[in-house]
Amino acid sequence: MNALDVDRLSIQFHTDRGVLQAVDRVSFSVAAGRTLAIVGESGCGKSATALAILGLLADNAEVLGGIRLAGAPLTPEAQRSARGRELAMIFQEPMTSLNPAFTVGEQVAEALRLHEGLSPRDAMARAIAMLERVRIPDAARRAKQYAHQLSGGMRQRVMIAIALACKPKLLIADEPTTALDVTVQAQILALLDELKRETGTAVVLITHDLGVVQDHADDVVVMYAGRVAEKASAAKLFAMPQHPYTIGLLGAAPRLDSKRARLASIEGTVPDLRNPPPGCRFAPRCPFAIAACEITPPLVELAPGHFAACIRAPLDVVLAA
Amino acid sequence: MLELDAMVKHFPFRDSLGRARGAVRAVDGVSLAVPKGSVLAIVGESGCGKSTLGRLALRLIEPDSGSLRFDGEDILALKPAALRSKRREMQLIFQDPFASLDPRMTVEAAITEPLILHKLHRGRQRARVAELLERVGLRPELARRWPHEFSGGQRQRIAIARALASEPRLIIGDEPVSALDVSVQAQVVNLLGDLIRDLGLTFVLISHDLGVVRQIADRVAVMYLGQIVEEAPAEKLFRNPRHPYTRALLAAVPGQGGALKLLEGDIPSPIAPPAGCRFHTRCPYAEAICREVPPPLVQAQEAAGQIHLAACHFQDTLPPATPIREAAADARLARLQSFFIPNREPTA
Ligand SMILES: Nc1ncnc2c1ncn2[C@@H]1O[C@H](COP(=O)(O)OP(=O)(O)OP(=O)(O)O)[C@@H](O)[C@H]1O
Ligand code: SF4
Ligand SMILES: [Mg+2]
Repeated sequence: MNALDVDRLSIQFHTDRGVLQAVDRVSFSVAAGRTLAIVGESGCGKSATALAILGLLADNAEVLGGIRLAGAPLTPEAQRSARGRELAMIFQEPMTSLNPAFTVGEQVAEALRLHEGLSPRDAMARAIAMLERVRIPDAARRAKQYAHQLSGGMRQRVMIAIALACKPKLLIADEPTTALDVTVQAQILALLDELKRETGTAVVLITHDLGVVQDHADDVVVMYAGRVAEKASAAKLFAMPQHPYTIGLLGAAPRLDSKRARLASIEGTVPDLRNPPPGCRFAPRCPFAIAACEITPPLVELAPGHFAACIRAPLDVVLAA
Repeated sequence: MLELDAMVKHFPFRDSLGRARGAVRAVDGVSLAVPKGSVLAIVGESGCGKSTLGRLALRLIEPDSGSLRFDGEDILALKPAALRSKRREMQLIFQDPFASLDPRMTVEAAITEPLILHKLHRGRQRARVAELLERVGLRPELARRWPHEFSGGQRQRIAIARALASEPRLIIGDEPVSALDVSVQAQVVNLLGDLIRDLGLTFVLISHDLGVVRQIADRVAVMYLGQIVEEAPAEKLFRNPRHPYTRALLAAVPGQGGALKLLEGDIPSPIAPPAGCRFHTRCPYAEAICREVPPPLVQAQEAAGQIHLAACHFQDTLPPATPIREAAADARLARLQSFFIPNREPTA
């Protein structure tokens, strides 16, 4: 059984300026002990998807489709009772999720108390052990400090300690390292990998960085303008990317090993989701587009477990022509 | 040619009673030279002093000590009026494309402003704005529009057009593409590369993104806690980093397998940087001398004919650096990606 199943999830936001289709029939599953990355550019619906799973979308959102946690449907009530227990999350800016009025030790202890019914004293002892486990140096002293006294990396470690205190089945990490320096980002991602291996928690890792996906994900969903463009294991996606958007993104990222003569550039910008183009939403920017792209391309399984939503995929046919 | 020598800038801070409590040692003895028409990148993590250094290089802030020369002229000796007219030749591009344009000015007004200020192209300023917009890849008709009507990438193009308006010889870009999504970032990186080449600009790129640096820079200076720890031609720095911090920074870039040796700990505070080598608290090779004696920034023996400086006591005896992971050659992907490269030449 999967830790998480998302089945044709659609999200619309009702705004003053009309209805915005932020997520359109997105499906994926994550097994225990695996990391699924959702990757894509700003506004493609990554966070909306995460918030829908957590039941934390704004009031103007309308959600369709099914979400199951360990097989059980996640109704709004189920979400409320699962959050902070089977269902944990960490966000980009830990400062906003930590309570400034309590020490970080108290906040980890509180999570443990809720989850395991420990006495306040035992909970604090366990909290310090958790802080050590997420490699906060001098944990007993740090436990007595407030969030603003810690560095960004250390705060994110506290968030991870709180998230893992409840032994969640699923951890959603929305850009957990985007605000951090690169050497600290590497530490935090390595820590998440290690804890996932030890606890068997399933992880949904949201990122805009394909390098992070390559190093830390087992499976990948590439999103563009609210839809799944491509979905595969990380190994397959990087070995044989199929969707033009994935291919463009891979070519747009500069490389460390050599200077490219020119970066691939996906011309134009992402569409306005209040008024998306008909058919394939990538068509206005796609160098492979043909007339048939005016009809929405279905997500097709091109090879076992490898899906792409492009009428022209596999593109090898285009190359051969 | 831009030359900074022994630049120091500390920002003092006071407690609630107004007593001096210490200083953030943002830039603490930095010397650099940027030859005409070349691109120097300044890299480092948050708080290392790179943005302060960029502002010092344009004399947007006054240094505590040090000297600043541009084409031999002593910029720190200039009187305010002379400095203002010198600014025509020295421009800054910021990270945030949403904050750097005045929302109450049309694109045309924003780009015309420096023309008026420096009395340039009188009588044909409108035509000049059109040329500048075309130069940065925007349609001249967009001149009448307002900043809020543009995406982040378009605004950054407008900010670049505005910086180019006064025909500067030196541009400092402080994280000029960091706020952009990768597909748009690639467009702007390509544009900057074209402009630097076509206009013969001297460019200082301040960035924390080593990929972007690789793509644009001729030389790279790595900063840590207010000081330069290594400076070398880009190719050498990426192939043969000598300082342990440079190596750690390169190893931490995602996309290399994630199994490389990671640095422990956080960056110390620039208020009280560690004694000796400032990196010693995180350095896997630190020994007693590193805790006491600051290592000088010196030329590497083996870098024959090229200037390659590093500040590490053990730079000649460190084990060889772990090479950057090379992407496997992928002919299929390269051919598919060539469809995304304008005026593509067949790569097959
Ligand atoms: N409460 C809301 N009301 C209206 N529109 C919203 C709301 N929340 C999100 N949106 C819109 O939904 C779309 C998807 O947003 P989402 O936050 O999921 O993007 P994202 O992929 O997480 O982007 P980023 O990389 O910038 O975090 C965007 O167009 C966004 O502006
Ligand atoms: S369906 Fe057409 S427009 Fe969409 S990605 Fe494929 S080729 Fe491009
Ligand atoms: Mg988001």
